Amino acid sequence: MELNARIPSGPVEKKWENHRFEMKLVNPANKRKYDVIVVGTGLAGASAAATMGELGYNVHAFTHHESPRRAHSIAAQGGINAAKNYQNDGDSVYRLFYDTVKGGDFRSREANVYRLAEVSLNIIDQAVAQGVPFAREYGGKLANRSFGGAQVSRTFYARGQTGQQLLLGAYQALERQVRAGTVTMHTSKEMLDVVVIDGVAKGIVTRDLVTGVIERHAADAVVLATGGYSNVFFLSTNAQKCNVTATWRAHRRGAGFANPCFTQIHPTCIPPSGEYQSKLTLMSESLRNDGRIWVPKDPEDKRKGNDIPEDARDYYLERLYPSFGNLTPRDIASRRAKEMVDAGHGVGPMENGVFLDFKHAIERLGKDRVSERYGNLFEMYERITGEDPYDRPMRIFPAPHYTMGGLWVDYDLMTTVPGLFAAGEANFSDHGANRLGASALMQGLADGYFVVPLTIGNYLATVTPGSADTDHAAFADVEKDVKQRQSRLLDVDGTRSAASFHRELGRIMWENCGMVRTAEGLRSALQRIPELREEFWRDVRVPGTGEGLNPSLEQAGRVADFLEFAEVMCWDALTRDESCGAHYRPEHVTEEGEARRDDENFAHSAVWEFMGVGEEPRRHTEPLEFPNVPPSQRSYK
Amino acid sequence: MDLKLKVWRQSGPDEAGGFVAYDAKEISPDMSFLEMLDVVNERILEEGGDPIAFDHDCREGICGSCGMMIDGVPHGPKSMTTVCQLHMRSFRDGDQLTLEPWRASSFPVLKDLYVDRTPFDRIIAAGGYISVRTGSADEANAEPIRKKDADAAFDAAACIGCGACVAACPNASAMLFTSAKVAHLAHLPQGQTERYTRVLDMVETHDTEGFGNCTNHGACQNACPKGISVDYIAQLNRDLFRATVTTAADPVGS
Ligand SMILES: Cc1cc2nc3c(=O)[nH]c(=O)nc-3n(C[C@H](O)[C@H](O)[C@H](O)COP(=O)(O)OP(=O)(O)OC[C@H]3O[C@@H](n4cnc5c(N)ncnc54)[C@H](O)[C@@H]3O)c2cc1C
Ligand code: SF4
Ligand code: FES
Repeated sequence: MELNARIPSGPVEKKWENHRFEMKLVNPANKRKYDVIVVGTGLAGASAAATMGELGYNVHAFTHHESPRRAHSIAAQGGINAAKNYQNDGDSVYRLFYDTVKGGDFRSREANVYRLAEVSLNIIDQAVAQGVPFAREYGGKLANRSFGGAQVSRTFYARGQTGQQLLLGAYQALERQVRAGTVTMHTSKEMLDVVVIDGVAKGIVTRDLVTGVIERHAADAVVLATGGYSNVFFLSTNAQKCNVTATWRAHRRGAGFANPCFTQIHPTCIPPSGEYQSKLTLMSESLRNDGRIWVPKDPEDKRKGNDIPEDARDYYLERLYPSFGNLTPRDIASRRAKEMVDAGHGVGPMENGVFLDFKHAIERLGKDRVSERYGNLFEMYERITGEDPYDRPMRIFPAPHYTMGGLWVDYDLMTTVPGLFAAGEANFSDHGANRLGASALMQGLADGYFVVPLTIGNYLATVTPGSADTDHAAFADVEKDVKQRQSRLLDVDGTRSAASFHRELGRIMWENCGMVRTAEGLRSALQRIPELREEFWRDVRVPGTGEGLNPSLEQAGRVADFLEFAEVMCWDALTRDESCGAHYRPEHVTEEGEARRDDENFAHSAVWEFMGVGEEPRRHTEPLEFPNVPPSQRSYK
Repeated sequence: MDLKLKVWRQSGPDEAGGFVAYDAKEISPDMSFLEMLDVVNERILEEGGDPIAFDHDCREGICGSCGMMIDGVPHGPKSMTTVCQLHMRSFRDGDQLTLEPWRASSFPVLKDLYVDRTPFDRIIAAGGYISVRTGSADEANAEPIRKKDADAAFDAAACIGCGACVAACPNASAMLFTSAKVAHLAHLPQGQTERYTRVLDMVETHDTEGFGNCTNHGACQNACPKGISVDYIAQLNRDLFRATVTTAADPVGS
């Protein structure tokens, strides 16, 4: 597998500009002769499809959702970063670049991150022009908040529904192109495989979720913008239908998968309330600005939170990190909470949470001020738990939230399969080993509005338009594979639901490849996953047929792919024998108990090549260099 | 707690449907309504049956995928709450509940509680946007927008496209949905250029998609989980009136 990132020449500030000048262009009159497939119409896919439609390409956009507006991006709450420096607090493109590289714990590619910071400016302009109702100050200018430990205020937001408003903006731009006839929208169509002809991506095979029909679609290039894979953990903050199928199928057809073990856990989620739990709800991290996190000192202390006196409480973050206290970064706050629960200090009916207490904040600020700041979050908490956070401490626990890993892409966002691109959370992105808050929306829209629509031309200019043909034997072969797989799922006729396997897989992954990964745990997971997969194919029960709407069949297909994908995640975590960012190996910690990077041996992206189901995948590396941001060890003591 | 469910089962768009009774046993009050259905489905599956189909995704009230009638009420008994955010503590042990899909001819039932709401996309495609090519936008802070207007635009933009308004309306009108988008964009300076063509085109598509007329019944507003107000329909009508008058005299947009 050849990994040529094709990073443009010149100083980091000039690379994107140079590249735009050097890239091959497609003649405007020729653009409509090119068919481009975009799979996924969340922020990244909708913005990419709309923009390529505007440019004149003949775009076919696919989503398994009923409408692009239902993509998981809709759920993002907190905000989107951009280096506008409207607050005059010292922000700049360079600072956003610097923060992102450092935040990623020196496991991302400088050139890409710089470009991301650069185009962040245009994203806000674009969104405002589309009518995205960002928060404003009384003077009518855009408001900002600070987010995720950044020292400048650069986050734009639309109440607690920033993702919703940005997605609606991109969705509306997309629908405008649908009306203009440049984009054909294929809703309720799930991509089940990529078609690669002579090593080059030429189309996809989909299932129409309403009619059940399996279809072939040919194109001159394919863009995957199919989101992240946090649902490998079963319980996560992601929407139920988020899955790894598209990227995994692409991986099986030759696309390298980079850093699959880089997954992010969010510290302030509502803990599960029972076995039936289907997803976890995230509450904004801003709660940690005023809430204090604690557990009972004595694991046997079963009193209600309010009845536990001060001297019997352990405000462990304040104790361990006197200067950052409750505001330690996401990964540290998460890991410490897990340690407390594992050591028996967990609170709540299932003893699976830690307290986040606003009693002191209410005393200090008054109930009204607290309600002004957090009212909607308190309401959400009460709606879910039936408990009133004004009266008793909230319970929180970390949950899987975002995946930094994804399909490896070069500077042009092209995967190792020529003609196959990946955008948004689906690629291994610009976040290295850890993503900063409010940077995923930024990256999705940067990729979709400003990067892929240009860089795809650099590829298409080398391709004869219309060269792909669904009558080619490769399409027939892929279609046959897809159909066989579907019949296999339906024919098992076992006793267990796909969901029950998913839950079991999630538990294995959470225990062994979650917040803390030991070599021993990972080895045991690598043993158990194939056993579970084997049992799945022996005992899953998928009711109904392949014809018509069959949510059980959709779900089973996604679980089957997670059962294959989980292994490469564990391989990646096992072979990355260091701690960095969100990847924590207790074998590698500083004296202070923090992640210890090993730059000598691991300053690279690990890119995996598929060798067959159950076969050990092959590890390749892309070395990383940091001429602009010298690597440093972080400390939050 | 134990509940009894009467659920609309329909195997496909062209098939006849009917109610089937299910027991929902050992339900925890902490479950969400959809988790309760997950548990019922798990048992149906164990017994060799076909689980009840319903659409859902985010399970936190924002994607607009979920929605069903619970005892004739869209999204169930709790106001400002989608069915995915409804928890079983809103019900009592022994309750009998009837679950039906949205009923509207423009929203054909695909299966059981699962309907097709793609007409909403077509209403948006008819004009529910501001035409601005990527890259052609002005500097974001160049034009100040009064906070009041930005907030008002946001309130209207909070619609999640769930379709409860249509299901609640005796005429199966989608005016609340349509007016929310019209109002969102009409509140912003960027939305002015296309303001009157937009309303004409969106309302025309609303009608050709087969949604009924609005007769100011107001059931939509009560059903809406996002608090979208019928005032937007009045605003839409004002814009529509102006658009009709002005287009007769002077082509809109000029
Ligand atoms: C609760 C929550 C809050 C968040 N808050 C923030 C925040 O405040 N700020 C921030 O920056 N980030 C936030 N994030 C992260 C951010 O929302 C996501 O990373 C981002 O929206 C991903 O966008 P995307 O376009 O890459 O993918 P998605 O929005 O997940 O879209 C994926 C698309 O692909 C389609 N698809 C997937 N598989 C297939 C297939 N096989 N066939 C056809 N279609 C397919 C789907 O239908 C969908 O259209 C949050 C995430 C969560 C879970
Ligand atoms: S107006 Fe309200 S009820 Fe109608 S689609 Fe929008 S959110 Fe749903
Ligand atoms: S499942 Fe998303 S709104 Fe209910």
